[in-house]
Amino acid sequence: MNDILQGLVSAFWLVVTFDADLVEISLRSLQVSLSALVLASAIAIPLGTWLAIRRFRYRRATIALLNALMGLPPVVVGLIVYILLSRSGPFGVLGLLFTPTAMIIAQVIIITPLIASITHQAMRDLWADYHDLLISLNASKRDRIAALIMDGRRTLLTASLAGFGRAIGEVGAIMIVGGNIDNATRVLTTAIALETGKGDFALALALGFVLIALAIAVNVLIHVLSRTERAGRW
Amino acid sequence: MVVAASLSAPRHHFGLRHAVVRRRGSTLLGPVTLALPPVGLTIVLGPNGAGKTTMLRAMHGLDRLSEGEVLSDEPLQAARRKQGFVFQSPIMLRRSVRANLAYPLKLDRVPSGQAAEAVERWAKRTGLTAVIDNPAPSLSGGEKQKLALARALIRKPELVFLDEPCANLDGRSTREIEELLSEAVEDGTRIVMTTHNIAQARRLATDAVFLFQGLIHEQGPADRFFDQPQRPETQGFLKGDLIE
Ligand SMILES: Nc1ncnc2c1ncn2[C@@H]1O[C@H](COP(=O)(O)OP(=O)(O)O)[C@@H](O)[C@H]1O
Ligand SMILES: [Mg+2]
Repeated sequence: MNDILQGLVSAFWLVVTFDADLVEISLRSLQVSLSALVLASAIAIPLGTWLAIRRFRYRRATIALLNALMGLPPVVVGLIVYILLSRSGPFGVLGLLFTPTAMIIAQVIIITPLIASITHQAMRDLWADYHDLLISLNASKRDRIAALIMDGRRTLLTASLAGFGRAIGEVGAIMIVGGNIDNATRVLTTAIALETGKGDFALALALGFVLIALAIAVNVLIHVLSRTERAGRW
Repeated sequence: MVVAASLSAPRHHFGLRHAVVRRRGSTLLGPVTLALPPVGLTIVLGPNGAGKTTMLRAMHGLDRLSEGEVLSDEPLQAARRKQGFVFQSPIMLRRSVRANLAYPLKLDRVPSGQAAEAVERWAKRTGLTAVIDNPAPSLSGGEKQKLALARALIRKPELVFLDEPCANLDGRSTREIEELLSEAVEDGTRIVMTTHNIAQARRLATDAVFLFQGLIHEQGPADRFFDQPQRPETQGFLKGDLIE
């Protein structure tokens, strides 16, 4: 019990004094997860929208695949990415294993199905509502997709948020492909796992605080952004 | 209703020939053949389930015909570009009233200054100026219908379809919609509208069609249609008999 109290106090100090290690690890976490978020959204939002409004041959199969991928354990994703990027793997020559890029790749694979699936559901409902009007107005395909994304943007933001939450809290896959290397690929979650294992509760707790604060801050930020945008438009 | 004489310029032909709509094995409409007179307001009358909505949607190219064809001088897409459709339950884009009105103009790449001016004008004309910055989904039923009508008319279409535009509206909203429609007809817009309100049909129609069980039972100029209906089904319907 004393250990934990002691840890809490030291954790507090690490945070308020902007401990160099803590800052570095936090920034790397943000950088990796935000990169993954941007890339995954760029893939998933058009994909989910497309699945919602286009009838094509393998549509059902694609949706089923997406849902299956959503249930893929992150550790397995990490393992597969590891194999692909390892020296003897097909992408070994790129030398990406144990770099932040490898971690971003793994996170993109983990959160793209999640964002695409939420996007698909939201866009399908909106499309059912808008279909007749947009056809009647002769809106081009591009115009229709633009209208759906524009008017569904709050749901899309929520989908992206869910993806970010999953990415920044994920530990299994990035541990495998990043290797938790000090000053290179160590991020909040992998550092917490390491410090807890070593018994350094102070640093582990401090990292935990930052992780929670980051997750909350990004949520609030995106929420505020969406509000101001709406206020300007309406 | 008096139609301005200046509109005697050559008009496009529009109608249906041997049109049939079938869904899941049952015939919802047809075969029907219908040529719209070149000007005026056509009322499509008939009981619930007669196929009025189906016929309008088919003419606008929203539903595919199982047989027959839409008669038009132009291919479907090009023809639809000059048409508007007001749905029975108005579809509101989840945006402001202003953005809803501006949307068709935006699709046409109308310069924004010109579009803004048209939006203001139509908001004023439909009495929506006070709510122009409100979200369209929050409007009352009458306001939604007026917005949907203005959004259809803002592109200056040649032909507008309206599916029971006053079905759930009170007297005042109904009168406002009817005034907008009369003005549109005077401006030369061709209107086809369904209703099962016989009094409204009499007020607005220049010609009328009676649809029953998917078939056209009677059609003709309004005065003859309402005063000397030929078919027993039409006579019964106009008298207010319950037919089904
Ligand atoms: N997509 C559909 N599939 C099957 N039946 C339909 C469909 N749409 C309408 N119907 C049926 O077609 C008939 C005509 O419908 P509708 O054109 O809406 O009539 P109205 O507008 O005159 O009330 C009704 O019996 C209705 O139940
Ligand atoms: Mg109907």
